Amino acid sequence: MDGEELTEQETALYDRQIRVWGADAQRRLSKSHVLVHGMAGSVAEFCKNIVLAGVGSLTLVDDRPVTEGALTANFLILPDESVSNGKSLADLCRDSLKEFNPMVRVSVEKGDLLSFGEEFYDKFDVVVVSCCPLATKKLINEKCRKLSKRVAFYTVDCRDLCGEIFVDLQKYKYTKKKLDETTECELQYPSFQEAVSVPWSMLPRKVSKLYFALRVIEKFEEVEGRNPGDTYIEDLAAVLQMKKELCEAQSVSESHVPNALLERLLMGAREFPPVCAVIGGILGQEVIKAISGKGDPLKNFFFFDAMDGKGIIEDIVNPNPEK
Amino acid sequence: MASLLQYHDAIKGAKVLMVGAGGIGCELLKTLALSGFQDIHIIDMDTIEVSNLNRQFLFRQSHVGQSKAKVARDAVLRFRPHINITPYHANVKDSSFNVEFFKEYDVVLNGLDNLDARRHVNRLCLAAEVPLVESGTTGFLGQVTVHVKGKTECYECQPKPAPKTYPVCTITSTPSKFVHCIVWAKDLLFAKLFGDKNQENDLNVHANDSANASEQTQDVFERRKDEDIEQYGRRIYDHVFGYNIEVALSNEETWKNRNRPRPMYTRDILHDNSIEQNGNVVKGGPTDGLSVSAMTSLGLKNPQDVWSLVENSRIFLESLKLFFVKREKEIGSLTFDKDDQLAVEFVSAAANIRAASFGIPLHSLFEAKGIAGNIVHAVATTNAVIAGLIVIEAIKVLRKDAESYRMTYCLEHPSRKMLLMPVEPFEPNKSCCVCSDTPLTLEVNTQRSKLRDFVEKIVKAKLGMNSPIIMIGSVLLYEVGDDLDEGMIANYNANLEKMLCELPTPVTGGTMISVEDLRQEFTCNVYIKHREVFDEEKEPDGMVLFGWTQAPIEKNDNKANGNGETASNALSTELSEVQKDAEVEEISEDTEIIGKKRKLPEMPSSVKDSSNQKDVQKIDDDDEDDLVMFDHLDDANMVKKKRLQ
Repeated sequence: MDGEELTEQETALYDRQIRVWGADAQRRLSKSHVLVHGMAGSVAEFCKNIVLAGVGSLTLVDDRPVTEGALTANFLILPDESVSNGKSLADLCRDSLKEFNPMVRVSVEKGDLLSFGEEFYDKFDVVVVSCCPLATKKLINEKCRKLSKRVAFYTVDCRDLCGEIFVDLQKYKYTKKKLDETTECELQYPSFQEAVSVPWSMLPRKVSKLYFALRVIEKFEEVEGRNPGDTYIEDLAAVLQMKKELCEAQSVSESHVPNALLERLLMGAREFPPVCAVIGGILGQEVIKAISGKGDPLKNFFFFDAMDGKGIIEDIVNPNPEK
Repeated sequence: MASLLQYHDAIKGAKVLMVGAGGIGCELLKTLALSGFQDIHIIDMDTIEVSNLNRQFLFRQSHVGQSKAKVARDAVLRFRPHINITPYHANVKDSSFNVEFFKEYDVVLNGLDNLDARRHVNRLCLAAEVPLVESGTTGFLGQVTVHVKGKTECYECQPKPAPKTYPVCTITSTPSKFVHCIVWAKDLLFAKLFGDKNQENDLNVHANDSANASEQTQDVFERRKDEDIEQYGRRIYDHVFGYNIEVALSNEETWKNRNRPRPMYTRDILHDNSIEQNGNVVKGGPTDGLSVSAMTSLGLKNPQDVWSLVENSRIFLESLKLFFVKREKEIGSLTFDKDDQLAVEFVSAAANIRAASFGIPLHSLFEAKGIAGNIVHAVATTNAVIAGLIVIEAIKVLRKDAESYRMTYCLEHPSRKMLLMPVEPFEPNKSCCVCSDTPLTLEVNTQRSKLRDFVEKIVKAKLGMNSPIIMIGSVLLYEVGDDLDEGMIANYNANLEKMLCELPTPVTGGTMISVEDLRQEFTCNVYIKHREVFDEEKEPDGMVLFGWTQAPIEKNDNKANGNGETASNALSTELSEVQKDAEVEEISEDTEIIGKKRKLPEMPSSVKDSSNQKDVQKIDDDDEDDLVMFDHLDDANMVKKKRLQ
């Protein structure tokens, strides 16, 4: 890393974390630029974490007005502001985030994610999207992939007692330190499109059921033209039908996606704050790893379910892309 | 199966007590409030420091110096104005937080940073029969455990590793690692120069034949009347880094198999001009004591640079001078504090000069501060994850859903695809002296050990009692309390100095001693077994406690470096992995995670009772060749332990 030293102020503020990841990683963090879409509870947690960590800048995109639902798991929005005079969710979150760390530039970008050109995404090192339709996730991911520099791409969503993170670091090189040995490692990530297109029959049987259940709901919302997260217990019958069709199309048995799990996910459409804390924490850690180039990044899905307490990594790739 | 709705029912009426408003505490209070908890009480004795701000997100620069508990409350009320949060800016060990107080709560949640307070809370929770959710993080690692009396093991069922100690001679005469130099600089030199003069101190090396050495040296450290401060600093320097090393060198026996240290004198290290520079750069009167800095006045900027011997020598002299010039009033009452810049500079410089003398690699101020201050690595993300997991366990506890209780480990490298790994909790350990009535056995030479040794080495260090009462039958041998009259105090003090077998009620083989701490509501019986001889190196306490032993593992550095001459007493330091007053949220003393296979820890040969020893167990990892091992999980006893039904 080129020599710019951390300032005295930075050394004092970041003392405890420099002891974890080193001054070099801290310098990289302070030069990195992060874009975030969709101010859900898990995203609020994530933003807090990386603002505290000391990224260079954080840009928020979410034009939605404040609703009661947005308040449940988002501690960045103060209730007296919720009757906000025309302020968007992103505006309100920015105001709070700025206070967490004066050394980080937090700003808001207005507009639709899809309307931004590649040159917009080129300004960032990390893009995190939440509360997005399936098609949008795929498109943003593709835009990031077309850029000459590597932009790390993540999606994150929480529902009921569960949460999911997707990671695309494209071709990623990093150093792995174990005891005193340092080894160079390289990982090749599939795009979001490639990952979710892997035929279910080709995936190992023990892959987390959550993966399939969330794909069913995602597909349902796409077909129905719903907003992300706007599926409830009333839709159970239709969602189960969707599951049946998907399982048939993928030629896997319906037991791949337990009905009870789908039912539970539809019952609790809202986010559960402890799960947001867990998911936002893991995502924060992953983004810090990707920026600093230190530590094993997860590849390429992460699932957490408070019901069994497991936080699981799944590597969803096509073992044989020709097929 | 529980649904979110059922969760909300459990949350609403609950009254919870949080202990600690630091790294985990801030995250926890936020998550509790968001989750719908409405009656939260929070105890923390600390005030806010700058180095907290990178993760304790409820605090701002403007809050530095204020009560963590109170500021955290105000910050959370901003986004959840209608809940009740009651802050206590106090020590959880205060007598007002007694069993009656604990009984008020449905669950207690710990976000603590030291073993002592954790034990205290564990004991009170057991006495009050309130469930405890315990937690800890260090760097990317963390854990959450659940302790419900009678159902799961208590926090102390798995004995915690004792603080690492170093033989006195390693510190005073034969350091081989930088940490030894730090201990010397902090616990001996700093304490001698700036601390309580009446404290015992092993700083001086005695030459074999100089019986009067101690008399002479008494005034060596005193600044003489009208002595110029520069002169005084150089005299101290020459004494501890020059003269003392020469005295040590005269003891030929010591250096037979060791590299001989090099005596350092200011006249050789520092040329006159560099001494004159000292302090010339001081500009602008510092406003408060803690901001006085030798680094600043010498124009050294980067605390991550490893400074040369000359630079360290200048820092040494400058910081010593600044103490006398700017902070004279505090001299005699100072204790080392990692947030005291000048103290850190002095200790770091002294340790580095000593390291140079002994041919040990030098370290930066930043590194030295970490070692001296026993600073635990901490990041916001791990704390956030752990806080989320605490709330999830707390809700299960409130629902009395014992089947679903889990201990959860947050890992840095996945194990069996898991980054967050839940494990079923264990049943209470039947030999745990804290949550069962099983007596302990102490092997001790009753003719050669004083009651004081028993109090310091066993009752305080091993059993973690702070205000013990020691009895045999109904006879009181010793107690600590505010309401004792002078006669009793004199009597107890006299008892402390007696050999066990010479006490008014003699302690001999077969005696049962009862030890009690009223504040902790904790009683424990110790059965005495007389033994003549103890191995000075392996059993430096001169006594060994069985039944509920401390984990004997010293992780990376389990060879005591004693030269066998004077290693009979060990110097306890604050440099262990599990230590009191670590600044941040604890090190996870029961999470032991390493990338490679680890050998079974070596047991001291004298420890015969192997049934309580810890062992390691592999947990297969089907994705990688790493092995993750937990001390906690892998008792040799594990087979015997029954999982919760």
